[in-house]
Amino acid sequence: MSNITVEELKEQAIQLRQTAVTMVYHAQSGHPGGSLSAADFVTALYFREMNVNPEDPEWADRDRFVLSKGHVAPIQYAALAHRGFVPMETVKTLREYKSPFQGHPDSKKCPGIDISTGSLGQGLSCAAGMALAGKLDEKDYRVFAVIGDGEAQEGQIWEAAQSAVKYKLDNLIVFLDDNGLQIDGPTNEIMPNLDLEKKFEAFGFTTKRIDGHSMEEILETLDEVKNVKDGKPKIIVCNTIKGKGVSFMENVVGWHGKAPNEEEYDKAMEELARGLNA
Amino acid sequence: MIVLNKAPYEQKATREAFGDEIAELGKENKDIMVVDADIGGSCKTTKFMNTVPKQHVNVGIAEQNAAGLAAGLSTTGKIPFISTYAVFGSLRMAEQVRQEVCYPNLNVKIACSHGGLTPANDGGSHQAIEDMGVYRTIPNMRVIMGADYNATRKLVRQAAEIYGPVYLRFTRDKVPVIYDENEEFEIGKAKQLKEGNDVVIIANGDTVCLALEAAEILQSKGISVKLLDMHTIKPIDREAIIECTKIGKIVTVEDHNILNGLGSAVSDVVAEEGNTKVRRIGVQDRFGESAPYEKLLEINGITVENIVNTAEGLL
Repeated sequence: MSNITVEELKEQAIQLRQTAVTMVYHAQSGHPGGSLSAADFVTALYFREMNVNPEDPEWADRDRFVLSKGHVAPIQYAALAHRGFVPMETVKTLREYKSPFQGHPDSKKCPGIDISTGSLGQGLSCAAGMALAGKLDEKDYRVFAVIGDGEAQEGQIWEAAQSAVKYKLDNLIVFLDDNGLQIDGPTNEIMPNLDLEKKFEAFGFTTKRIDGHSMEEILETLDEVKNVKDGKPKIIVCNTIKGKGVSFMENVVGWHGKAPNEEEYDKAMEELARGLNA
Repeated sequence: MIVLNKAPYEQKATREAFGDEIAELGKENKDIMVVDADIGGSCKTTKFMNTVPKQHVNVGIAEQNAAGLAAGLSTTGKIPFISTYAVFGSLRMAEQVRQEVCYPNLNVKIACSHGGLTPANDGGSHQAIEDMGVYRTIPNMRVIMGADYNATRKLVRQAAEIYGPVYLRFTRDKVPVIYDENEEFEIGKAKQLKEGNDVVIIANGDTVCLALEAAEILQSKGISVKLLDMHTIKPIDREAIIECTKIGKIVTVEDHNILNGLGSAVSDVVAEEGNTKVRRIGVQDRFGESAPYEKLLEINGITVENIVNTAEGLL
């Protein structure tokens, strides 16, 4: 889908946001805040960057996607639905019995989920394992992982980081959704991360900090890292706003894991329809 | 009936069996991998590393990452064996194995040396008395401990051949080689070492040799003993246990906490299926300490003498 335009991607990101919020509204349960902060780069990955095939989700040469911050499953589910991995009506079954859209991503139940996640801190290790397998098998696929800033408090993130550097996994591209909030409050109060970019740089990653809501910057950065075979894993630290696109959810801790009521839902959909206020 | 080796037995640690078999498997199948967490020398993966270096990964002292990385490798068709000590392989990375191996039902094996009291002089911190119990409670996992070198080699090979998560536990210390090298084993199927009808002894791992000796003493006293090697405690061989309820008297023996190990697994079946008395011999819900291995067995009552007395007490 490399011929899709920036404007089309921006529109797609709005649609994914709407779908994610709709899902959480229907389920009356789920995590809208982080789904909205991750929406733009998830859109860029699924609709432009990643080499995946909805007709053959387990295609051996596909690019991989690991949502290490698995609670924001609604945004990945929205991407999978809009990309045709599952029928669109699946979005009305989030968190229901037998639904492919489990509360957190489940690779046994949903096509397009490369590995189950949901317990924070673990997905980056899995992504590193996939990237290492690609290197060993001399395959060209790449592995994209999404981690959260709160999640970076988990020690295993750093265990995974050091192994990605040791094994020269330049086929691993990590998006860090730096939205500054976690369940109990601002990340800087709960457990300050200090400078995440510098920390990953010290571990041996190629790092870059961007505006995670600028589709232009996201695409430009993806282009920059695309063919770099320098033996270094990449991390794109994204300045993002939790709840981005819905004014009353933006930067509000309480919207980490809460469903909107009918009035809030209508307002959210209406605001999203107007696009992102840049 | 099984032909067992004759005493005096050759003595070999079962971690050696893992090291020898995994090196063979690695040569035969390029998808077999070892993920070490620094203690490869002690866990006997050095031969594998030297034989098929491209299939060997060492993540350093980072067991949680070992589990996640192995899970990621397995999604591409690799068959990773995570190798570490049983304490770390069961507890340090338990949640990672639950979330990223068992929940998605991936083809990852956890192969652990230093099971039970065998890291004796290392002390209680290193003696894994809960490991099999931890993994017994996680869906999709199989839990196995071979009785000796030959049994362990066969079980490691089978673990590689079947799809899905397997926990394999080995001894650090030497144990008698009781099985012939051509003896075959099937995961989930108990091995009957003696046929009898007065009392049943069910043992696994490094206690099978003790149970065997006890059974012979009991036989010399005119007591007919049925002896099972229950190398797989999950899935447990229900049929074999139900058969034992016809005798109605079972002694279990294990180098593991009596809570949630072999004794518990046998009791689960018995409680549902028959009117049978079970006596559990094993670690008495207490931590270990530095001491010779035999001393640790003795203070927990994991001895030939106690097996004999316990069996007689049931008659």
